[in-house]
Amino acid sequence: MGWVPSMKQTRHAGQPATLRLCDVSVGGLAGISFEVPAGAVATLGGPSGSGKSRLLRAIADLEPHGGDIYWRGTNQSECLPQEWRQRVMMVPAESHWWFDRVVDHFPEGVEVDYRAVGLADATDQWQIDRLSSGEKQRLALLRAITRKPEVLLLDEPTANLDPDNVIHIEQWLRAIAIEQSIAIVWVAHDPAQAERVADCQLKIRDGKVLAS
Amino acid sequence: MMGAIELPAWKLAIVASLVLMLGVLSHCLRLGIGKSLIIAGGRTFVQLSLVGLILESLFASTSPLWIALVALVMLLFAGREVMARQKRRLAGWWAYGIGTGVMFVSSFSVTIFALAVIGPTPWYSPQYAIPLLGMMLGNTMTGVALCLDRLTETAWQQRGVIESRLMLGETADSAIGDIRREAMRSGMMPAINAMAAAGIVSLPGMMTGQILAGTSPLLAVKYQILIMLTVTVGSGFGTVLAVVAGSHRLFDDRQRLRLDRLVTERR
Repeated sequence: MGWVPSMKQTRHAGQPATLRLCDVSVGGLAGISFEVPAGAVATLGGPSGSGKSRLLRAIADLEPHGGDIYWRGTNQSECLPQEWRQRVMMVPAESHWWFDRVVDHFPEGVEVDYRAVGLADATDQWQIDRLSSGEKQRLALLRAITRKPEVLLLDEPTANLDPDNVIHIEQWLRAIAIEQSIAIVWVAHDPAQAERVADCQLKIRDGKVLAS
Repeated sequence: MMGAIELPAWKLAIVASLVLMLGVLSHCLRLGIGKSLIIAGGRTFVQLSLVGLILESLFASTSPLWIALVALVMLLFAGREVMARQKRRLAGWWAYGIGTGVMFVSSFSVTIFALAVIGPTPWYSPQYAIPLLGMMLGNTMTGVALCLDRLTETAWQQRGVIESRLMLGETADSAIGDIRREAMRSGMMPAINAMAAAGIVSLPGMMTGQILAGTSPLLAVKYQILIMLTVTVGSGFGTVLAVVAGSHRLFDDRQRLRLDRLVTERR
């Protein structure tokens, strides 16, 4: 592998803060092109197995793919992979944990607002194996947000939540997108949820992404 | 120094009859291993007799070419064994290549080091070089097979964790770091345990063999210490190299986890 310039070195002044996909192909998907500006939420719908998660993985540079993906004018392939993923961060549908306590999964010295996702401050000392799937999902979102990403790729982020928490997390993510200028691509099965959160609704149909 | 008592064929035949009795017993108990026992016993006779013949002629010749050839054959078989012992192994030539390459580097270099310490004349004297290399390869093979098996199996089971760490912006080295350390530990433990138990729990085979062959116990112990230390070093370095090379292959140049590079052994 040759020298890969860092995103800071290649970022051009005045480039619009936009996630841009140009003719991306991955799995059964081909010719995928769309843009999501910072501060906006684009939902991605489509039947199960249509390739939504694979597309998110390709945007996060976790899956080999064709075409080009840009953030702020910098091509994914011109950026160090870890630096790309720090900025373009994916939160998978099923969260994974590797330390015993919640607090160990967050960066040291960073104040974590557990109340923002409806959890108590004492959550940081909780053991991971005692968390419910809903608590894990909310903490996984918080774990990503705490790292200050510029693009969030959310794979069914409310799938394990009760209706009250679904609404709370939707509102919280919408507010965060605007406050922190984060571009969000949100895989949503529920059309009502897509209506509530989306600035732009995308749907996968016959291997293509269409705006609806 | 006493010579070993001659062991004529009829004495071996008496021992073999005991194995036959065990075979009959296992047949009566319907254990289903009687046939395997007889075949394995027969293979022991044939394989070791052949090795004995080869070593006899090798020791007589001291030709470096023949010694190198035997060493190469041992290495290639050890590489195949490493590959065969992994449930999930790297596809293509990688599983064989990493195992064989690592054993070549660690076992050969440590064997040459041990030969330099012992100081036979010539330095590649087959009486020393071949048994030393055999022990080094055997133990390194165990360590490398264990660590690669642990690495690929754990990476498979914990692929969600590895990818979650990548998603949070960690490098591939960091994302697989814990798994890599665990794999290295599992590869090194047999040699460390053998050192810790030597002389108390078990009398090492080589030392027992030397004593039976008439070497004084103190000299046999010195050789055994040398062997155990070098075996630990050889399998330790081999384990580290194998895990580094194997885990490197689990990621591509964009630091993506590539479990599609593994194939599963059907058993």
